[in-house]
Amino acid sequence: MATLALPDERPADPTGPAARTSMSPWQRWGLILLAPYAIVFVVFVMYPVGYGLWLARHPASYEKLIEDPVFLRAVFNTLAFLIIAINVKMIVALVLSGFFVVARPWIKWLSLLFILPWAVPSIPTILSIRFMLNPEWGLINSLIFRLTGADGPNWLNDPYIALGIAMLVHIWKSLPFWTLILIAGRLAIPAEHYEAASVDGATGWQKFRFITWPAMRTLYLTCTILSMIFTMGDFNSVYLLTGGGPADLTHVLATLGIRYLRLDEVDMSMAAIVIALPAVLPLVYFMMKRLSK
Amino acid sequence: MNLRKVTTEAKLMLIGIPVLIWTMLPIYHLVLFAISPKDQAMGGQLWPDHPTLHNFEVVFRQQHHYLNFFWLQMWNSLVIAVATGLITLMIATGAAFAISRLKVRGGRLAMNLALLTYFIPAAFLAVPMYKTMGVYGILNNQWSLILAMVTIATPYSIWVLKQASDKLPYELDEAAKIDGASPLQLFRLVYLPLMTPSLVAVGTYALLLAWNEYLYAFLLLSSERDITLGVALGNFLAADDSPWELLMTTGLLYALPPAAIYYTFKRYMVGGLTAGAVKS
Repeated sequence: MATLALPDERPADPTGPAARTSMSPWQRWGLILLAPYAIVFVVFVMYPVGYGLWLARHPASYEKLIEDPVFLRAVFNTLAFLIIAINVKMIVALVLSGFFVVARPWIKWLSLLFILPWAVPSIPTILSIRFMLNPEWGLINSLIFRLTGADGPNWLNDPYIALGIAMLVHIWKSLPFWTLILIAGRLAIPAEHYEAASVDGATGWQKFRFITWPAMRTLYLTCTILSMIFTMGDFNSVYLLTGGGPADLTHVLATLGIRYLRLDEVDMSMAAIVIALPAVLPLVYFMMKRLSK
Repeated sequence: MNLRKVTTEAKLMLIGIPVLIWTMLPIYHLVLFAISPKDQAMGGQLWPDHPTLHNFEVVFRQQHHYLNFFWLQMWNSLVIAVATGLITLMIATGAAFAISRLKVRGGRLAMNLALLTYFIPAAFLAVPMYKTMGVYGILNNQWSLILAMVTIATPYSIWVLKQASDKLPYELDEAAKIDGASPLQLFRLVYLPLMTPSLVAVGTYALLLAWNEYLYAFLLLSSERDITLGVALGNFLAADDSPWELLMTTGLLYALPPAAIYYTFKRYMVGGLTAGAVKS
């Protein structure tokens, strides 16, 4: 009797033996409140992922994929996106986070406008950029013609320029978010450190090198990895700007799935994602190690 | 001393002005198209000779065959965004409370699975989600988009709410228990009031995510009467003779509500959504 009575005194302890035999109201309500998410997970994450992997089971899909020049080009473009766009974006975000923490009324106002690209939907702004670049009547080429008398380039018709602009669109859209995170990181550094450094006569660079960077290094790395994972899913910056063209030369992995879906080759579209997993999973593992404690 | 002050200000301006131009150029261009008459929109001018609100009138009165369902599609966007926000909030709040405060068995596993889901690039899940909705028979039904957006929004929401929830003192729970409070009373009378700022942040996040979504919306919905305004804008593009100035006007109208919502809830959003990221 005594052993049975003891756990009843600590009903909230989930490891207690009583929790297994008769459920406390705390455990029961915990399960009830957790159940909706569990259902969402099973029905809309586990089942689709399992279904996707099942569709990707044919070795023939992978052979076809490797032989498809559009796929190889998409892999190249995705790597270029990850290496160039992400690093440029994060370095600019790091610099701008230092700019936005300076206390000036006009910088506060600017920071309000600066967030707009992130807050508004992609489609109107990306279409706006697309029209700006129209070779015949776009704003950019009209200005080039007025200033130099020469015709501007057909921006989106050159695969390299088009990919470069897609990267700029991606940076334009997501720079505010990462800058915001890095600003929060900078504000968490105690001001006394900088004051002490100023007393010692440290230069701005020395303050960055010995105070800011050591404090921000981990956050910066986390943001970079997370941004890489998200960027692989950045469908809008490429699809709404170039639609994968010209001649399917600007696809990335995120748009490739939709291309194969349109061609009615769903198994190819899933195989393209499965083939990317060896690159994605280490990044995901790194993030899980960081965030789940 | 004064000279040094001037150089500092000049250096700040040297960063500030390019940042302003970079940020505002596409948005300014959107506005420029919206207030330009049809023949001047494509003239490459930086300001129209005769700015006009005529385009807005055409859009509001749905006087173009691309705009026949403008108000209905705006309404669809609103319904889907609000439904996503509310359902995400209910699911995520319950889950975060169960994991963080009730210490439910399997809570840690649920949190890790949610995080893992958060790290699946959204575009990777799009095609399987589309096929799955087909299997469930709700393709072309607005519920498919709402449920897909809830699926994408809940993992980050649970994580943010759990981080905020972990910071509340446990003495509160102990005191409530000693007073004989039931789990639901603790949830309603102690937890929800203390969590309000984070709840506003998460609800706004899910709502904006759903309003702004394009990929899932255009995969899961197709009928002109069901689609969101974002998908309708994408459909404009399919034709060569599209009225660009009307497309840009509609785009501007589509972009205004999320901007307004963001500014309204800004103080909750910035604190609520960045706190978790910095801590890690």
